[in-house]
Amino acid sequence: MNNAVPLSAQLINLFASVILLLAFAMLAQRRVLQLINLFALQGLALGLSTVVAAVTTGQSHLYWSAGLTLVLKALLLPWILHRLVRRLHVKGEIESLINIPTTMLVGIGLVIIAFNVALPISQLSHTITRGTLGIALAVVMLAFLMMITRTKAIPQVVGFLAMENGLFLAATSATYGMPMVVELGIALDVLVGAIILGVFFFQIREQFDSLDIHHMERLKDN
Amino acid sequence: MISISGLIGQLFAIALALVLAPLLAGWVGQCRAWLQSRTAPPLLQSYYMLHKLFHKDVVLAHGASSLFRTAPFVMFGCMVLACAIIPSLSTDLPFAPAADAIALVGVFGLARVFISLAAMDVGTAFGSLGGRREMLIGFLAEPALLMVIFTVAMIANSTSLATIVETLAHSDFAIYPSLAFAGIAFAFVSLAENARVPVDNPATHLELTMIHEAMILEYSGLHLALIEWAASLKLYAYSCLGLALFFPRGIAAGDSFPALLAAIPLLLFKLAIGGFLLALIETINAKLRIFRAPEFLGTAFLLAVLGLLVRLLLEGRA
Repeated sequence: MNNAVPLSAQLINLFASVILLLAFAMLAQRRVLQLINLFALQGLALGLSTVVAAVTTGQSHLYWSAGLTLVLKALLLPWILHRLVRRLHVKGEIESLINIPTTMLVGIGLVIIAFNVALPISQLSHTITRGTLGIALAVVMLAFLMMITRTKAIPQVVGFLAMENGLFLAATSATYGMPMVVELGIALDVLVGAIILGVFFFQIREQFDSLDIHHMERLKDN
Repeated sequence: MISISGLIGQLFAIALALVLAPLLAGWVGQCRAWLQSRTAPPLLQSYYMLHKLFHKDVVLAHGASSLFRTAPFVMFGCMVLACAIIPSLSTDLPFAPAADAIALVGVFGLARVFISLAAMDVGTAFGSLGGRREMLIGFLAEPALLMVIFTVAMIANSTSLATIVETLAHSDFAIYPSLAFAGIAFAFVSLAENARVPVDNPATHLELTMIHEAMILEYSGLHLALIEWAASLKLYAYSCLGLALFFPRGIAAGDSFPALLAAIPLLLFKLAIGGFLLALIETINAKLRIFRAPEFLGTAFLLAVLGLLVRLLLEGRA
């Protein structure tokens, strides 16, 4: 029984599990708008788990990163993506290279690998959040998988952003967050990246009349 | 050691299951009708149906073998046994050692095999179609259900349902993320197993979509009554299993009679809420194509496995 585990650690574990669940939901999601909403929810869960960690440990910089996560990943980035989808008139279903059930099975395999790899590492750490390191690694790998299996540009960008969520979770769980400078830098990088990629979408579509990145393979021949 | 009070409690639990099961089915039907702004059938509609069917003669197809006639009794017996070993009111069940949680899955499987074989026995096209579809759903739902049970069993360190309920109901408050995963997976499996809307519609006889109804088209009279009763018992058993695994508070621990009495209104309350939620799920979801059912149940399996993994990773060391 885990009676010895304090309530805050249980809450963080719960949020981490929700993040993992949302990563799988994103992997299975067929619609672009739903995918973005799921990403926003993941950002929210990540922010809340950081808030809990901040309250428990009393480290002031964790409050900052929690606030940053909530504003940036739960509100601003989804809003930008929503706007992009509206402006680009992306409709309908996302195509993926492998069918969804197979992707999920591969995802389970990745989770098992991630948990196995993370277990010895997390035993070295002494934070109350150390158990979530495996989940963070799994989220990163699932986001990778999403970027690999999706053919359209927007889901790939969402996969990229979800990967950053996983890295953030890993940082919080292993060492109570990165130094503030690094964190701010990454947050701004992600934001700028999303904006640049948004501009990039327009360019891709103007060139190829589609957001399917397979068209870009033809660039080699010219 | 079987105590007299335990035996009384056991018999009372079985009797309550037999009486409440059609009522639960009627309550779900009534909630569905309300939510879909139709005129609701009376709450006791299921009893009227059973009463009518028990008084009708049995009509057998010409080619029907003895299997066709025994299958309803086997199915009914399996469901009564399932209701007997799932702790609904108290964990002091003398019959409980007969089957642990894993064998319980087998009991459900036995009923499924018999009803599918009986459906194919008469040789109508619909019967074999329904039987095959039922087996398709069954072989996908069973591993998911087993995974759910493994997850819960790892928390309690036992596969005996009574021990699981006692451990969960009387431990200190703790958040189990793995239980949340397992709970969602269990909800998926129950919807599929009880022929509920995202997978099958119990209220339709449309040949393209029906699964459960296709299997029992040839049955009449006493046999049909037993099957209908068994189907509602199955719904009751799954509800009680869900309540026992995920909301075990209030189930009496020992054989004390007042605790048993106190557990009854709580059980009724939980079942009423559960029935309403089931009707809500059935109303806001559309029926899936039959070829999407594997994906639906695959998701359930995935969630259950995730629950197991999360249990190992997050809660294993403590």
